[in-house]
Amino acid sequence: MKAADPPVPVPRKPGQPESGTPASPSGPPDSGPAKGTRKRRVGPLLPYLLIAPTIVALAAVFVWPLIKTVIMSFQDVGRRELWTGEAAPWVGFDQFTDIFGDGEFWDVVWRTVLFMTVCVVATMGLGLFLALSMQRMAKGVRLALTGALVAAWAMPLLVATSIFRWFADSDYGVLNMVLTKYLGLDFRGHNWWLDPKQGFLIIGAVVVWGAVPFVVITLYAALTQVPRELEEAASLDGASATGVFRFVTWPVIKPVFQMIATLSVIWDFNVFGQVFLIRGNKPEPEYNLLGTYYYEKAFESNSFSQGAAISLITVLLLSGVAVYYLRQLLKIGEVE
Amino acid sequence: MSVTAPSRGTVRPSGKSPAYRPDRKTRSRHVHNLVGVVAFVVMAFPVYWLVISALRPNNEIRSYDQTLWPSSFTLDNFQRAVDMPNFGSAIQSSLIICGTSVLGGMLLSTIAAFAIARFQFIGRKAFMMILLAVQLLPPTAMLIPIYIQLNELGGLNQYWGVIVLYLVSSLPFATWMIRGFVVNIPKELEESAMVDGCSRMGAFWRVILPLLAPGLAAASIFSLINAWNEYLLAYIVLQDNDKYTLNVWLMNFTTSRGTDYGALMAASTLIAIPVVVFFMFVQKNMASGLTSGAVKG
Repeated sequence: MKAADPPVPVPRKPGQPESGTPASPSGPPDSGPAKGTRKRRVGPLLPYLLIAPTIVALAAVFVWPLIKTVIMSFQDVGRRELWTGEAAPWVGFDQFTDIFGDGEFWDVVWRTVLFMTVCVVATMGLGLFLALSMQRMAKGVRLALTGALVAAWAMPLLVATSIFRWFADSDYGVLNMVLTKYLGLDFRGHNWWLDPKQGFLIIGAVVVWGAVPFVVITLYAALTQVPRELEEAASLDGASATGVFRFVTWPVIKPVFQMIATLSVIWDFNVFGQVFLIRGNKPEPEYNLLGTYYYEKAFESNSFSQGAAISLITVLLLSGVAVYYLRQLLKIGEVE
Repeated sequence: MSVTAPSRGTVRPSGKSPAYRPDRKTRSRHVHNLVGVVAFVVMAFPVYWLVISALRPNNEIRSYDQTLWPSSFTLDNFQRAVDMPNFGSAIQSSLIICGTSVLGGMLLSTIAAFAIARFQFIGRKAFMMILLAVQLLPPTAMLIPIYIQLNELGGLNQYWGVIVLYLVSSLPFATWMIRGFVVNIPKELEESAMVDGCSRMGAFWRVILPLLAPGLAAASIFSLINAWNEYLLAYIVLQDNDKYTLNVWLMNFTTSRGTDYGALMAASTLIAIPVVVFFMFVQKNMASGLTSGAVKG
């Protein structure tokens, strides 16, 4: 058992991953006689060598930018500093006081929280309901539904958003047509974007439609692990359907449900593409969520430090959720 | 919203139907089938609309009277989509970027997953926590520092800049998922191979890797689809028209004069088809990978 030859050059810089072809399958060439000593020397180090490339990569693309975000939010980085690399002046908490003093920021925060809550509740509710229902459908229906879910899941965000934008088009949109022609309401030429409430209904539909497949398929997979006999025994003993769900099914799928719900909170809180694309790459102020607001500050008005401060605030707002998620995983013994 | 609203309406009340009383079983089955059909229609309609619009004559697309079924079929939209400048180079960019980043990502995450699944070492738990915590960082929040850093390293408008970003953003999830599969492979298999004279590497190649294949397939498809569908990072990093990936290229169909929906739908169909086909193949593995990584560990 020799371990001196990890399959990958360890000091791989994240800069040159083009060379990232799999290690040669011929195995290590030097399985020589020096086995014993080598093993003792490298053995304890081996796992560290194996995770080193990943650590370096994560540090470069996640940790360092995070640190940089913190630094930038206490500076004033403008266009000039960005391009010339000049040292940006330190401004202390100015960026934060600016942001917190801005009424628009608070509007955006509340809008984001509200939007996220509605989307997560709708996604998880629909997802759980469909997953439960899928267990009891005829096989043909279930297969057709799975196919549709998978197709919807695989649809690129950009494509899905263009389709929904077209659905809601005031002149050429299917939505107005269906409402007018089949439901007898007068929606001819109705503009869905004038009122942000209606607009967010469309955006929410894109988000929920795109997120439901992941939830359903994962929950359905989790539900297959619920022992059928237990459910049957419980219902024979007189438990109602809700009782069976609450005391037999729910405990089994709870960890998965909590995990997906937490991820949904994080994803829906950071919704960017759907709003950005559906409003033609330039959302109106009343359509800004934190993600687009940050983008606008940073890239449209070129105040990169404001953008950095906003994203730092976002990370801090979400860190509560993140801590809950990690604690949950620790509790169910995931990180063993 | 017409798309999701009806399902929510019909869907909720039926959920209370008692599914376990034998005498009501057939009726509840009908209810569930109905739910399934409604959900199918809601989920499939945008996909249907995508494909049908790609095949629809253009005058029907720009019509005030939308119909659910086209009067005739045509391939004009596909023609216009393919003739759009830079289609070929966009395919090439997407293939290079996605292929390289997925291969590299799988390599790194497999060895890291192997390490955390098979070895006990100090810092292992911390590493796993980092893997999880990193996934919780909002992806768009890091745009500015990443942009600045790539600019300093000369990675702007370069393929490798995007490749690195895609590769690394796939790492945490892929490592976590593959780890779930490695844990389920009995250690004894590997040990007996080593007793029989295999080196650790040999045992890995001959025993672990073949058993790991479904997990690798699932993780790589997941990364591939994420990379294939990603557009924001590519949009920010790449600047030349002939370097755009397919998703960024799609934006060409929306100009200030309006959107050429027919060609956009045709192009989107072309882009989405490979993904949907892939997905169909690995969907089963994927769901089991997601849950085995998540529930059992």
